[in-house]
Amino acid sequence: MDEQLTLAQALANLSDLAPEIWQASAETGLMLAIGLSVAIVVGGPLGILLYLTQPGQLFANRAVNGVVGWFVNLVRSFPFIILMVSLVPLTRLLVGSTIGPIAAAVPLSFAAIPYFARLVEQTLREIPRGVIEAAEAMGASPAQIIWKVLLGEARAGLISSLTILTISFLSYSAVAGVVGGGGIGDLAIRYGYYRFQTEVMVAMVLLLVVIVQIIQFAGNHLAARLDKR
Amino acid sequence: MIHLKNVHKRFRRPEGGWFDAVRDTTLHIKAGEIFGLIGFSGAGKSTLLRLINLLERPDHGSVNVDGRDLTGLSAAELRRARQNIGMVFQQFNLMANRTVAANIAFPLEIAGWSRADIDARVAECLDIVGLADRAGHYPAQLSGGQKQRVGIARALAPRPHVILADEPTSALDPKTTQSILDCLQDINARFGVTVVIVTHEMHVIRSICHRAALLDAGEVVELLEVTDKQVAARSALAKSLLEVA
Ligand SMILES: Nc1ncnc2c1ncn2[C@@H]1O[C@H](COP(=O)(O)OP(=O)(O)OP(=O)(O)O)[C@@H](O)[C@H]1O
Ligand SMILES: [Mg+2]
Repeated sequence: MDEQLTLAQALANLSDLAPEIWQASAETGLMLAIGLSVAIVVGGPLGILLYLTQPGQLFANRAVNGVVGWFVNLVRSFPFIILMVSLVPLTRLLVGSTIGPIAAAVPLSFAAIPYFARLVEQTLREIPRGVIEAAEAMGASPAQIIWKVLLGEARAGLISSLTILTISFLSYSAVAGVVGGGGIGDLAIRYGYYRFQTEVMVAMVLLLVVIVQIIQFAGNHLAARLDKR
Repeated sequence: MIHLKNVHKRFRRPEGGWFDAVRDTTLHIKAGEIFGLIGFSGAGKSTLLRLINLLERPDHGSVNVDGRDLTGLSAAELRRARQNIGMVFQQFNLMANRTVAANIAFPLEIAGWSRADIDARVAECLDIVGLADRAGHYPAQLSGGQKQRVGIARALAPRPHVILADEPTSALDPKTTQSILDCLQDINARFGVTVVIVTHEMHVIRSICHRAALLDAGEVVELLEVTDKQVAARSALAKSLLEVA
């Protein structure tokens, strides 16, 4: 039948869309880059704090651990779409607009902070207590213990955590995109769903599949190289 | 060298109430000796050892090492004092992502040594424990005995006056045990490092210790003297430990 025609047509349509696909990929990249950076810079230390304030750890502190843990759970229990809507005022305040990838990065970052904090906390828990104690016995300062022992020993797990975070937030960024953030998910919905150009939808999903595979592969590879256990 | 005066340590029981792990204990360990802490499981040996470098803080009593009262030091001063007290662990507690050389370098990095000094000292320590050919290996690539040698080299690296060892051979087979004990004895003899070693085996005491304290229920119940690898025991508890050995 005219299947081949359709395929040729589809490819032609896609190639016409190439500039927009590039644009969408760049937007997705920007949303992720901002969200992940904030997650690392804010969520990372928060995760370390969660870990160190646990009972039996270096800075065991029930109150701090309770409050931080409660906050992390609170943010994480919001469905992302609701978090996004409720953060609209904050987004407007910070970015001056609620449209575009930078605006979408605000709720993404907000959700990524506690997510990454928990991942970091879980990863650090795998370090044997005795190794940290050995460093204490050698006269290491808290900063030295954090930088040299915790991060050094957990580095492979931290890379794996970052891989998980990146992949989760690739899909969150698609949601954020639909509500005005742009990006690959937004493109898929606009053409594929609203204009019935199924080939665009399929192509965008395939693109996301490929990106996820690449991220996972790179993450696994790096983690394996860093892990000497 | 090490003076524990009336040190007392109690722990909160998970089910409520308190447990006295070390009871009002006084102990003097001389410079340059290998001193054993022996007793059955739960006697308080590890707790007493950990009181010496203040990994456990006594509820009362004083801990004096090398002429300094550790309990009165600030956090920063205590960290410096700890660089003078090496520690060796039953489970080795090496950093898995660091090579053998980098593990031994760790306490020197902490103490702020220069790279050149660190490299020289690490090479020296690797030689002392006989692992010069393993510098670039990771702990996962070593046998238990080799891991413990790294642990000893790490403890020795900052030229401490004291090394504390908590059952350093309990995870090892008898032959490896002997080689690790010989290694500790060698270090004591060559560098005059005071060694405090926790064990539940009289064999360890006979083999390398000059003196030992027998602990029971958080108290020193007998001081044991070792002469010609023989332990003179008076208490029934000490005799029972001798029989096991
Ligand atoms: N951090 C802690 N919290 C609560 N109880 C503790 C703690 N550390 C030790 N104890 C208790 O104190 C007692 C003495 O412990 P310690 O580890 O000093 O004994 P040990 O003589 O070294 O025994 P083992 O031969 O089994 O190592 C034990 O009953 C133990 O349960
Ligand atoms: Mg013990």
